[in-house]
Amino acid sequence: MTAPPLDPPLDPAPAPQPAAPPVRRPVPGLGALRETGRLFSLAVTTVGAMFRRPFQVRELIEQFWFIASVTILPAALVSIPFGAVIALQVGSLTQQLGAQSFTGGASVLAIIQQASPLIVALLIAGAGGSAICADLGSRKIREELDAMEVMGVSPVQRLVVPRVLAAMFVAVLLNGLVSVVGTLGGYFFNVIMQHGTPGAYLASFSALAQLPDLYISELKALIFGFIAGIVAAYRGLNPRGGPKGVGDAVNQSVVITFLLLFFVNMVLTGIYLQIVPAKGS
Amino acid sequence: MGIEVVVEGLTKSFGSQTVWQDVTLTLPPGEVSVMLGPSGTGKTVFLKSVIGLLKPERGRVMVNGVDMVNSPERDVYEARKLFGLMFQDGALFGSMSLFDNIAFPLREHTKKKESEIRRVVMERMDMVGLLGAEGKLPGEISGGMRKRAGLARALVLDPQIILCDEPDSGLDPVRTAYISQLLIDLNAQLDATMLIVTHNIDIASTVPDNMGMLFRRRLVAFGPREVLLTSQEPVVAQFLGGHRAGPIGMSEEKDEATMALEERHGVTGSSSVPRAIEPQLEPTPGLPVRRAVLRRRERVLGLLDTLPPAARHAIESSFDRTGHVVAGQAAPAGRAGGGPS
Repeated sequence: MTAPPLDPPLDPAPAPQPAAPPVRRPVPGLGALRETGRLFSLAVTTVGAMFRRPFQVRELIEQFWFIASVTILPAALVSIPFGAVIALQVGSLTQQLGAQSFTGGASVLAIIQQASPLIVALLIAGAGGSAICADLGSRKIREELDAMEVMGVSPVQRLVVPRVLAAMFVAVLLNGLVSVVGTLGGYFFNVIMQHGTPGAYLASFSALAQLPDLYISELKALIFGFIAGIVAAYRGLNPRGGPKGVGDAVNQSVVITFLLLFFVNMVLTGIYLQIVPAKGS
Repeated sequence: MGIEVVVEGLTKSFGSQTVWQDVTLTLPPGEVSVMLGPSGTGKTVFLKSVIGLLKPERGRVMVNGVDMVNSPERDVYEARKLFGLMFQDGALFGSMSLFDNIAFPLREHTKKKESEIRRVVMERMDMVGLLGAEGKLPGEISGGMRKRAGLARALVLDPQIILCDEPDSGLDPVRTAYISQLLIDLNAQLDATMLIVTHNIDIASTVPDNMGMLFRRRLVAFGPREVLLTSQEPVVAQFLGGHRAGPIGMSEEKDEATMALEERHGVTGSSSVPRAIEPQLEPTPGLPVRRAVLRRRERVLGLLDTLPPAARHAIESSFDRTGHVVAGQAAPAGRAGGGPS
C-alpha cells in the first residue's frame, strides 16, 4: 500500500479508503509532467524500435496508403484558397507600401515555409492521427494489444512504428504537393485577380527565396508528421476506461497535436531565421 | 516437460487499493493448477501479473530464470514465447479471420512456410472443434467459439506454460465438460504447466492437480487438490459447497449483522457432511499417459506428513485408485465421454 504505484490507475484521485490515514495530496502539475514524460519515452522507444528487425513492411505500406488516401484531396482543396488568401493579403499590403514587385517572393515564402507544413500537419493529425488513435484505442480496450504482448510481439514495433513512419513519409510528400498547389493558387490570384505582372512575381521570388527555405519546409513536415503520429499512438495506447475513453482520447490527441505543432513551429522558425542568413545579406 | 513457475511475495495494488498481497506459490512443472476465488478477488489480475502484463509493486515471478516483474522488457518478451494465454473473451484480432488470428504467432515467430502454417493451424482448429470456421471474422461467431479460437491461438506455438482465464464463462454445462476434458487431454499431449482461473466448481473438482484460492486480498490456500477439497476452512468450504452460509457475501465480505440474520433465517451449509472427492479426469483413451501424474505422486508423497489428516487420507485412497488404473492401462469407459458426473 505504501509502495509507489508504477502504473497509476485510471483515476489518479486518492480512493476513499478509511484505512489510509496519511492523505498524500498529489503535487499540482505532477500529472501533466508524468504524461509528458511518458509521451517522450514512447517517442524514444518508437525511434529505437524503428531500427529493430523484423520490420513491418506490409503494415507500413497499408498505413501509408491509408493516410495518403484520406489526406491528399483535402490538402489540395485547402491549399488553393490558403495560397489565394495569403497572396491577396500580402498583395494589398505591398500595394499600400509601394512594394508591389515583391509580392511574389513574400507570398511564396510564407506558403512554403509556414503555411504548407502546418496545413499538412493539421490534416495528418486530423484525418490520419484521429484514425490511428481510434484504431489503437479500440484494440486496447478489446485486449487485442494485451494479447499481442502476451504472444511476445511488441505493439510498439508491430503497430506504432509503421504508423508513425507512414505519417512522416506522407507528411513530407504531401508538403511538396501543398507547396506547389498553394504557390500556383497564389500566382493565379495575384496575376489574374490583382493584375500583378507575372514577370515581377517570378523575379521577386528568385530574388528572395533560396533552397534552404525548401529544406526547412520539408524538415518541418517530417517533424510534424512524427509528432502527429506519436501523439495519436500515445493517446490510443492509453485510453481511459471504455468506448467513451477512446472517443475522448481521439479528441485529446488532435488537440494536443495542434498545440505541440504550433509551439514546435515557432521554435523551428526561430532557429532557422537565426542560423540561415537571408538571401543577399 | 513444462516449466516451473515460482511466485514469491507478490503484492499488487491499484492506487491505495490492494488487490492481494504476499502471494507465494509454486506451479509444479507439467501439472494443472486451478486458482479459485469469488468474483472480484483479482484472479485475472494475478494471471496478468504472472505473464508480466501488469507490474506488481513487490515480489517476483520466476520463469526459466527470468523475473516477469522486474527483468528488462526484452527478456520478458522472450520469456513470453513460452506462454500461451487464453483470454476471457478470446481477445482475437477483430480485423483478421480466425485462420489469420491463429496463424499470427506462427507468422511472427517462426519462419515456417505457408503450407506448414496451414497444416499446424488446421490441426489446432480441429483440436478445439472449429474446422470449417477458419474464414469467419471474430465478430461473426458466438462467444463460445471465440473462446475456443483464443485457446487454439494460445496453443499454436506449443507453449510450455498455458494460462486460462475463466475457460468456462459463457459456456453451457456440456461445453464446459468438453473444455475440461480438452484441458486434461492437452496436458497429456503437451505436458505443459497449466494454470486455470475459474469459479466453476465442476472444473475445480475434476481437472486440477493443485488448487489455490484467493479471498480478502490474500492467498487463502494453495496445495494438492485434496487439501482444498477436504478443507474445513469456512471460506473454502462455503465456496466449494456453493451455499450462502459463510464469510463470503454478495459484496465480497459479509458483515456480522448479515451473518447473524442469515443464521436466524436458518441459512446453513452442509459443512457437517464431509464432501466426497470426485476422481480427477483421465485423458481420453488413446492419448499418452499424463507424465505429470507420476511426478506429482513423488512430490505429494514427500509432502504427506505436512498435510492435514483428511487430505492425507484422501490422497492415499486416490493413489490406490490411480495406481490401479495405470497398471491396468485401461481408463474406465464411463469417463471417456469426458463429462464431470
